[in-house]
Amino acid sequence: MDTRAFANRAWLFVVPVMIVVLFSSLTPMMTVVNYSFQDTMGQNNFFWNGVGWFQNLLDPTTAVGQRFQGSLLRNLLFSAVVLAIEVPLGIAVSLCIPKSGWRVGAALVLIALPLLIPYNVVGVIWQLFSRTDIGLLGVGLTAAGVPFNVTQDAASAWFVIIVMDVWHWTSMLALLCYAGLKAIPDAYYQAARIDGANRWSVFRNIELPKLRKVLVIGMLLRFMGSFMIYTEPFTVTGGGPGEATSFLSIDLVKMALGQVDLGNAAAYSLVYNLITLTVCWVFFTYTTHADQKDAA
Amino acid sequence: MDTIADHLAWMAWTWQTIVFFACMAAALAGLTTLAVLRPETPHRGILGFATTRGDRFFVSLLASAFIFLGFIRFGGENFLYPAAAALLLAAVMFRFA
Repeated sequence: MDTRAFANRAWLFVVPVMIVVLFSSLTPMMTVVNYSFQDTMGQNNFFWNGVGWFQNLLDPTTAVGQRFQGSLLRNLLFSAVVLAIEVPLGIAVSLCIPKSGWRVGAALVLIALPLLIPYNVVGVIWQLFSRTDIGLLGVGLTAAGVPFNVTQDAASAWFVIIVMDVWHWTSMLALLCYAGLKAIPDAYYQAARIDGANRWSVFRNIELPKLRKVLVIGMLLRFMGSFMIYTEPFTVTGGGPGEATSFLSIDLVKMALGQVDLGNAAAYSLVYNLITLTVCWVFFTYTTHADQKDAA
Repeated sequence: MDTIADHLAWMAWTWQTIVFFACMAAALAGLTTLAVLRPETPHRGILGFATTRGDRFFVSLLASAFIFLGFIRFGGENFLYPAAAALLLAAVMFRFA
């Protein structure tokens, strides 16, 4: 039985945050909901449009529906590829980080460096790096006889964007896994040594199970990051060539700010938001539920 | 003098969306009151994990959104059907989850 004193007054401390959230998130979101059911010709004149924008968006035979479906599938593919590379690589890197001595600090600082660079700067770095006239990667690949052109070839653009994301974010997974590894008590390793376990079974039966929680959190963060990605691919490719790297956010910004197609963009962003909300909820429920099972 | 309505004109309110958000606010206020007056312990049901009233409400809302979107996707016209399905689902959630 929990006998700690319980004060509801603590909720008062949340009030300032609630006010900020009201203005920064809730009011704009309610406006988007309002836009998604109306059409406008500007001058703040709105006409009721019912579920027309949603019908448009979800019907893949319409132009908007096609764009949405294309961007959604591209984005899911991008997230899947990025996770499939970053998670195993992050684990591998974390296993290689030294456990003691001055090398720990050096390795952690080096690994954390990409995380300190602003998103648009990462984009610019890779945009320059992949140029075929002055970029080391572009020039090198072209000299080696590999057909490579980010602005005209979809495969090149995807290659650069995926490598860029791996470069930028594997560090985060490596650091998370390293923290998880450090938290494993020495007794587990000693027991494994007594049992004569080899390196693989130590990894498979001790380290990997103990990393499960940090891996779930890392995968959630990376899924969300890659599913809502905007700045880096936009800086490198602008969503091109053609539509090849137009992910959901890039396409949505084009629609909302480029074409000022408010109704369609509002419906688009609400469905987009619903997907991220659902994934987030599933991950959150899974992690809290797993905690409860561990505690029981 | 400007009325509140003038200040909120940029938000392009409609009575339908006002009713929707008012219902949301009322539901949250109701759940909060209920939580204060009748504290509960989470219990495990058909979802396979312990849920509170708030969890069941959230799941009902989330699933309703997908029911309506699915209905629109497959070209449904009469929204009484998904509304009935969503209410039924909410009832099942609150009774069995």
